[in-house]
Amino acid sequence: MRVPVSWLRDYVDLPADLTTAALADRLTMLDLKLEEIVSAGAELSGPIVVGRVLSAEPEPQKNGKTINWCSVDVGPVHNAEGNEPRGIVCGAHNFGAGDLVVVALPGSVLPGPFAISARKTYGHVSDGMICSGAELGTAGDPDGIIVLPEGSAEVGADAVALLGLRDEVLDLEVNPDRAYALSMRGVARDAAIGYDVAFHDPAAIDVPDDGSGAYPVVVDDALACPVFVTRTVTGFDPTRQTPRWMSRRLELMGMRPISLAVDVTNYVMLELGQPIHGYDRDALQGPITVRRGRAGEKVTTLDDVVRDVTPDDLLITDESGPIGLAGVMGGQTTELAATTTNIVIEAAHFDAPTIARTARLQKLTSEASRRFERGVDPQLPPYAAQRVADLLVALGGGEISAGLTLVGAAPALPQVSLAADLPARISGVAIAADTAALALRLNGCTVEQADGTLHVVPPSWRPDLTDPYDMVEEVLRHVGYDQVPSVLPHAPAGRGLTTQQRLRRRVGLVMAGAGYVEVKTFPFAGPADFDRLHLPDDDVRRDQVLLENPLSAEEPGLTTTLLTGALKALALNVGRGHDDVAIFETGRVFLPKDEASDAPIYGVDRAPSDDEFAAFDEALPEQPLHLVLTATGHREPAGWWGQGRRVQWGDAVDAVRRVADAVHVPLEVRAGSIPAPWHPGRTAELLVAGETVGFAGELHPRVCRDYGVPARTVATEIDLDRLLAAAPDLGRRPSFSAYPVAKEDVSLVVANRVASQDVADALAEGGGDLLESVRLFDVYTGEQVPEGHKSLAFALRMRAHDRTLTEAEATAVRDAAVARAAEVTGAVQRA
Amino acid sequence: MSGPNSDYDPVEVSPLHAEEVAAMRDAALAAIAAADTLETLKQVRLDHAGDRSPLGLANREIGALPPQARKDAGMRVGQARKAVSEAIAERTAALEVEAEARMLADETVDVTLPTDRTPAGARHPLTTIQEKVADIFVAMGWEVAEGPEVEAEWLNFDALNLGPDHPARTMQDTFWVTPEKAAMVLRTHTSPVQARTMLTRKPPIYVIAPGRVFRTDELDATHSPVFHQVEGLAIDEGLSMAHLKGTLDHFAQAIYGEGMTTRFRPSYFPFTEPSAEMDLLCYVCHNDPAEVADCRTCRGEGWVEWGGCGVVNPRVLVANGVDPERYSGFAFGIGLDRTITGRYDIADLRDLFDGDIRFTEPFGVEI
Ligand SMILES: [Zn+2]
Repeated sequence: MRVPVSWLRDYVDLPADLTTAALADRLTMLDLKLEEIVSAGAELSGPIVVGRVLSAEPEPQKNGKTINWCSVDVGPVHNAEGNEPRGIVCGAHNFGAGDLVVVALPGSVLPGPFAISARKTYGHVSDGMICSGAELGTAGDPDGIIVLPEGSAEVGADAVALLGLRDEVLDLEVNPDRAYALSMRGVARDAAIGYDVAFHDPAAIDVPDDGSGAYPVVVDDALACPVFVTRTVTGFDPTRQTPRWMSRRLELMGMRPISLAVDVTNYVMLELGQPIHGYDRDALQGPITVRRGRAGEKVTTLDDVVRDVTPDDLLITDESGPIGLAGVMGGQTTELAATTTNIVIEAAHFDAPTIARTARLQKLTSEASRRFERGVDPQLPPYAAQRVADLLVALGGGEISAGLTLVGAAPALPQVSLAADLPARISGVAIAADTAALALRLNGCTVEQADGTLHVVPPSWRPDLTDPYDMVEEVLRHVGYDQVPSVLPHAPAGRGLTTQQRLRRRVGLVMAGAGYVEVKTFPFAGPADFDRLHLPDDDVRRDQVLLENPLSAEEPGLTTTLLTGALKALALNVGRGHDDVAIFETGRVFLPKDEASDAPIYGVDRAPSDDEFAAFDEALPEQPLHLVLTATGHREPAGWWGQGRRVQWGDAVDAVRRVADAVHVPLEVRAGSIPAPWHPGRTAELLVAGETVGFAGELHPRVCRDYGVPARTVATEIDLDRLLAAAPDLGRRPSFSAYPVAKEDVSLVVANRVASQDVADALAEGGGDLLESVRLFDVYTGEQVPEGHKSLAFALRMRAHDRTLTEAEATAVRDAAVARAAEVTGAVQRA
Repeated sequence: MSGPNSDYDPVEVSPLHAEEVAAMRDAALAAIAAADTLETLKQVRLDHAGDRSPLGLANREIGALPPQARKDAGMRVGQARKAVSEAIAERTAALEVEAEARMLADETVDVTLPTDRTPAGARHPLTTIQEKVADIFVAMGWEVAEGPEVEAEWLNFDALNLGPDHPARTMQDTFWVTPEKAAMVLRTHTSPVQARTMLTRKPPIYVIAPGRVFRTDELDATHSPVFHQVEGLAIDEGLSMAHLKGTLDHFAQAIYGEGMTTRFRPSYFPFTEPSAEMDLLCYVCHNDPAEVADCRTCRGEGWVEWGGCGVVNPRVLVANGVDPERYSGFAFGIGLDRTITGRYDIADLRDLFDGDIRFTEPFGVEI
């Protein structure tokens, strides 16, 4: 809401020396928050004055143009030596001898900045400039040069002040509960409260009515339209111009002047907050009827859009059909035109939710709908209609109807009762009952105090004051938010972080400790992403939670895998010249449920039951937390110490193994059947308690190519929720023996397809309790080993809890281990 | 030395004359002093202190002396041998120190060579600030509550006094899940977590809800469709705005240091009444008259916007099963992304989300 300070001062006796900045601060503390102060006309300087054109001689030029060589009287102070009028060259033709114009004299500066000086042009010395509105930074007369009405100004007078070209405008952010502040009237009232000065209500005017009515109205839906007022003006002169002061104010408010009749309706809306609609009476057919829309009906609104009407829309109709969307926008067929002489003024009150719904469904917001959906003073319509009629007749002539048509009545004002100490209890400020009552009265409330209770009837312009807590806010606004003391509450002892919260922190620390850098990417994805991952057409991961209004058509929904974001981030890093990159992210993926159901919508007069509450989560998609990592380049860089080591598939497995170890979850790693986007031979399936939780290894070469990341890029993605859910309360119990260890190495030859983990498992099983550990330390293929086979070298450590093992015992353990490996995997011990 | 002895045989005992013993000793001491390595010193020891050295031989001869001469000669030789052996020990120790020093000097490396063999990881500041905030509140007895990111419309809006036709609802720029009738949204704030908490716990409730939220803003230097908040909710008997201010002041001090404070300005949020915008004392200039005018962080205001807060609207309590006659509460919310960009003077919000490792690395594992 824009508020020209000069206009505000019409209604409130603000201190003369009050600065705009101080006023803005005070209003901000009253919940009318300053966005910015706009200094209109600040660029204007120097002598810009009213002049009278004494003569204007047209002089055709070689270039085809005709200029006017004018002699202009700008008054004794500004005229040339000897009180001679000034000679000025002007290219416009919408004025002539005798007209009052605005002259920028040499030394003045116009917006641009454009410095005016005497200059030679078209064979004359032009001693100033006759100004158009645009040149002065205000709306221009359509024909060009500003011609002031005769008698409206003295020759030589300061035109900047005369035209109100310089003004300070507050741009205020109006919260939805302060609809009254979408008017000069409302802001002025708050300013008057803020400075404890007199307020002059522009709506306090006489509304004469002889009971004869104005224009007939039928309201079919009194709930949606409690009040409808019409008043007519006949014999209006549509050729009359909007006076400059009014068009200037409209401009400062950010509205474009259109025609006198339309400008008056807009002006009164800005002044009082009541949206007004004007009809060409001669275009109306029969009574105005307010009713709901019917299927198949259409209305062409003033913005030139043909709109389908729904039964939810509230319409203004006449016998021709819909002529407007009530409270949102009027229709074209009955609009105020350049020839309209008989005007029907509509000032109505509409139900806020009804207007909000139409505005939303029609995707159409207007100055009117913005006000109605927030709440307009329902007692205003007769006064607003009168104010419009008064202005129309004063500025454009004609006659006001002797009567008005008033259908309905403003709803009764609610009474709100609150404990007199509620403001003090809720704000924490010692506010006495009398102080609270006074604050409410200042805001226009009627207050009765009885038995420690305040019975409050809010004023008609404050439909937002419906609850006791609303009254508390009003009181506190008056007392001052800066009065609230600082008191630290004492919460009962808490339980700290939950286990899952602690484990998640641990995962982040382990990953960072392992050299991975955390990133945060967006969870949006689409088919192109899944194509880049080479997911098959029927892959379940292509089944997304879709959005109605995605920001990009490329990413119509939420991702099902964190690889989409992580690989983009990796590619970005590679593209920026980082050769060695290891990143990770934890975040949710979104998996639609097989049986889609809608989330319930309940009332708000009570809480949902447990079953009703459970229905929310039943309907919502699965949103498990995943961990993704991806890396390329060197895991250990080359340096003076040696060659360095490139990232390989095992790093991806190792990282997730570290995470699992850190949360004490046994992670099973196996060669399985590996889906996209993974390299089928270099990826491990990861399992917890027999269930797959993710994959780790190399990405498929085609995926690397399509993401523009180096070949052999590795990655891991796991369902972190499932991994962490398996975390035991207690980690493993330490158990070790102080007796000496016996060590044996064995080399076992197995077929290539045999997983080394299976051999190790068989050795451990065969060795039994005395076999303390089995560690693979070498893999060999080559001449010594048959084709299609590999040799695995294991270090066995054997130890007993209660004695030193004899050599024979150790050998027996080894043999048993090897025998079991041979039995399970076909391993043959190499000599 | 003792005086002349009338009993000894001058021929037999000639090597044990005092002058001769002294000469042997001096020769030994000179050789020891001249030894500059442990090897040389080993030879010196054999030559001058061994069994076959002059002093060693002299020592053996003492037994052959007449008893009256034996005492004096024994004393002379003994003293000489002791002096030599002490000198050897001393020289050995010195040479050992020298040798060790030489060895250590020989082993010297260029310690300024790069040692970054293990790449360092780091955690994102949006993660670690959430943890820091959580720790501050957990220390006060609060708990950390969580909820889903795709949320039921009712919990995101209706439960928070944002009815279907509420004007504030259209201000939210919500991502809606398809189909719209599914009544699901990407949560526009973490407030539905507050609703979930009230619906599943009995007061007193003191929780914070940090997390990721969504609005349909195009990504640019100052806007992001994905951002992060922390909200707090307290429901108890007798809570007021003063407790809200106390909590926020404590929070501000825990994050930004002693002397920090907040101030309230009236505002509007559907789920609170009264509602306030909270400003934080500028953490750079502290509104110090000498500095505030030139402060870039607060642009001369002395305060920076920090978030919104207020007393929980009783309508919200009712919709979430809390008795408004018995309990009152307060709630607040601050944007974490802006907290990071403000605190670290980061001009472009996109840096937080494009994944360049150089953004995260300086933050280490905790902030
Ligand atoms: Zn500052």
